[in-house]
Amino acid sequence: MFQASVHVTLRPSILDPKGKASEQALHQLGLKAIQDVRIGKLITMNVEAATEEEANKKVEEACQKLLANDVMEDVEIEMKRVAHDTSQ
Amino acid sequence: MNIAIPIFPGSNCDHDTEHVFGTVLGANVHSVWHKETSIGTPDMVIIPGGFSYGDYLRTGAIARFSPIMESIQDFAKKGGPVIGICNGFQILLEAGLLPGVMLHNENLRFICKSVHLKVEAGNQSHFTQGLDPEQTFKIPISHGEGNYRIDDDGLKSLEDHQQIVFRYVNELGELDPEANVNGATAAIAGICNRQGNVLGLMPHPERAAEPQLGNADGRQLLDAFLQAVDVTV
Repeated sequence: MFQASVHVTLRPSILDPKGKASEQALHQLGLKAIQDVRIGKLITMNVEAATEEEANKKVEEACQKLLANDVMEDVEIEMKRVAHDTSQ
Repeated sequence: MNIAIPIFPGSNCDHDTEHVFGTVLGANVHSVWHKETSIGTPDMVIIPGGFSYGDYLRTGAIARFSPIMESIQDFAKKGGPVIGICNGFQILLEAGLLPGVMLHNENLRFICKSVHLKVEAGNQSHFTQGLDPEQTFKIPISHGEGNYRIDDDGLKSLEDHQQIVFRYVNELGELDPEANVNGATAAIAGICNRQGNVLGLMPHPERAAEPQLGNADGRQLLDAFLQAVDVTV
């Protein structure tokens, strides 16, 4: 069993109004050193797969079909093996 | 004239749409629950507005995989007339029946008010051929994610194929950054596919189709939509 963390963020070319508004608020708080705030989503899931490669493939498919829209979003997948491993 | 209206969990303009097309305009309307696998044999499909699946993930992203959508995709691909209003437009984008995406309104607010629209002259949409491109229509919008985005190549393709159908204008009918309330690319309020049989628009003509409501401009759009389908059926 694998646990995947999928980070979905707006592509750099896409304006992120939530990030921008948060950045302005941070600047108002005096945290002027903080720049380029972008807000995205974190989606976690467990994946039944024999190998990490297979798990990655399944999650990539999930991203491509539903979890992200590649017209406006970028995806980063983190994968780690967890207990109840059925591949042994 | 038979009109099918698919309903998703979270649709909330389905009754308005049924009322206006059925009672006001005299069409035969029937609603179809999203779990059905067939849309039947309507003359036209109207995907109503709302917040299908609570707008989880992205607007329209989950509705697009509802069982009924496959049948709507087939209907559209065979040239059947399909109109998506507001969330219906968002679903059509996610389903790939129309190009582009919706982002949050530039000012991050949900905007609910009447705006002005113009029909783009020479556009490919079957539905707006009976409308005067010189006329300005006052139609309500009600959305948080109506900031239409498409990349430069996509925009050029929309322009080259005359797929831009409606743009936000000011009261005088002029393009004006102030009038583009949600920040949409090229002030786009509605587009169609290349074939012209699939139309998506953010404004709600069905909410302004009766004089009792103080504004019947939407009626002119809806009459034109129905007339277009009557001619082709």
